[in-house]
Amino acid sequence: MISVKNLSKSFGHFSAVEDLNFDVKPGDIVGFLGPNGAGKSTTMKMLTGFLQPTHGSIEIFDMSIAQHTKDIQERIGYLPEGAPAYGDMTTYQFLKFIAEVRGFRGKDKEQRIRNVIEKIELQDVVNRPIENLSKGFKRRVGLAQALIHDPDILILDEPTDGLDPNQKHQVRELITQLAQDKIVIISTHILEEVTAVCNRVMIIAKGKLLFDDTPLRLQQRSRYYQAVTIHLSYLADISGLAELEGVAEMEVEQKTGHVTLFPEPGQHILHEVTAHVQRAKLPVDTLFIEQGRLDQVFRDLTTEVA
Amino acid sequence: MAHIFILFKREFAGYFASPVAYVFIGIFLVLSSVFAFFIGGFYERGQADLLAFFNFHPWLYLFLVPAIAMRSWAEERKSGSIELLMTLPVSTWQVTLGKFLAAWSVLGLALILTFPLWLTVNYLGEPDNGIIVAAYLGSWLMAGAFLAIGMCMSALSKNQIIAFILAIVVCFLFVVSGSSIVLDSFKGWAPSLLLDTVASFSFLTHFEAMAKGVIALNDLGYFFLVTVAWLYAGLLIIEQKKAD
Repeated sequence: MISVKNLSKSFGHFSAVEDLNFDVKPGDIVGFLGPNGAGKSTTMKMLTGFLQPTHGSIEIFDMSIAQHTKDIQERIGYLPEGAPAYGDMTTYQFLKFIAEVRGFRGKDKEQRIRNVIEKIELQDVVNRPIENLSKGFKRRVGLAQALIHDPDILILDEPTDGLDPNQKHQVRELITQLAQDKIVIISTHILEEVTAVCNRVMIIAKGKLLFDDTPLRLQQRSRYYQAVTIHLSYLADISGLAELEGVAEMEVEQKTGHVTLFPEPGQHILHEVTAHVQRAKLPVDTLFIEQGRLDQVFRDLTTEVA
Repeated sequence: MAHIFILFKREFAGYFASPVAYVFIGIFLVLSSVFAFFIGGFYERGQADLLAFFNFHPWLYLFLVPAIAMRSWAEERKSGSIELLMTLPVSTWQVTLGKFLAAWSVLGLALILTFPLWLTVNYLGEPDNGIIVAAYLGSWLMAGAFLAIGMCMSALSKNQIIAFILAIVVCFLFVVSGSSIVLDSFKGWAPSLLLDTVASFSFLTHFEAMAKGVIALNDLGYFFLVTVAWLYAGLLIIEQKKAD
């Protein structure tokens, strides 16, 4: 359980985080979204005890992080931005170092290292110096390091940055798998990632919390949510579509010829549209329901404060 | 304690994972012999002691210790690994101590590897080996003080070269404050109390006696205090600057 109250952090005159308030409970997979420089990393650094807040308080498992930094750090796994590591060490040496600092000895230590190497699929790079690894592998070593002590809280700053699509998929699977009874907070600026792994989205910009709800609610904010887009093989009269019940607006994109029908709030118009298409014998070759365009919502939300 | 040892191990291995330690030890051995034989006149003195060797240690450390200290914090901050380190359940003083002990051990190893000189002097004459052991310990202690200054400077800057130069400057002040160049400029106008204070800050003054094998409590205390004070200053600085 994480409880953040009136959290602020400023560097000189620049205020990076302003008055954040939120609670996170076990089972939550929080996606931290925001433009670059929004204060995501700063917030994470404060949650992990790396930075002290200027104002406000952070309580984790009913302990204040200011007083119980070490106790809390023992229960957190953290992947800092850019996945820093000691380049001159091999993957195995590095994981062993982390395991030892985390207090594991002997068989238990070896077992944990083996498990995490297997889980993150690092077998091929176990004895290679980290500085010689590819960006993707470096990120995975960073992830392995954060998981070695099976933490209650996992804080990952851009965990999929620099990974190829397969690795991204793999990391997302891993996160969902791990998240059963843990708290997971990931920051990202990849919007699909949020709908793919998170069950809660927080958007911050300019240090302020702008949105805090489920990914579905975020999609629902888009005017494209549940809109129907069709494409016709050849020109036909589509004026009737705009008149359908529940359709609020129709837009034709000149370049692609896609016709998008926006529903009135809360309406489902697919049935009406398909019925009309059949009635008017429209030459439809593509028809799909929009899920909501997150990039649009993101832009609207984050530029409001700019 | 266990944490300090783990951190020490990592740092110590780090020096040997890259050529840093080898280059350092190599240069130290070559230079200390060059100084002892050519400038110190090891043979010409015709005495069975290592004074010719130890007398140059402050000047040798002046350049070599900052070279080994410069990466301690600077690299950690540059690569961002400091964020990883400081969010592990270890405290800053444990990290500081681990880093210091690791580098200090490298320096100790370099000193130990000068043993052929000791053998030589024992072969040629009958030196007082007690004096030599004391001088070795004194030299190592002084190296620790240089190192603490170097680490503090390394905490100041992300750039290793800047850390290196800053460390040389500060170390130089500590070395020369007891030399005649500085003291002469104070003589004549400054009260003797000030003169003594300036001189008492010098590594040279305190090492002089130790190089001759005299281990006095105030010299020991001086190097110990200087080391602790600079380590503590480095710790405060890194706490302030870790996130920059």
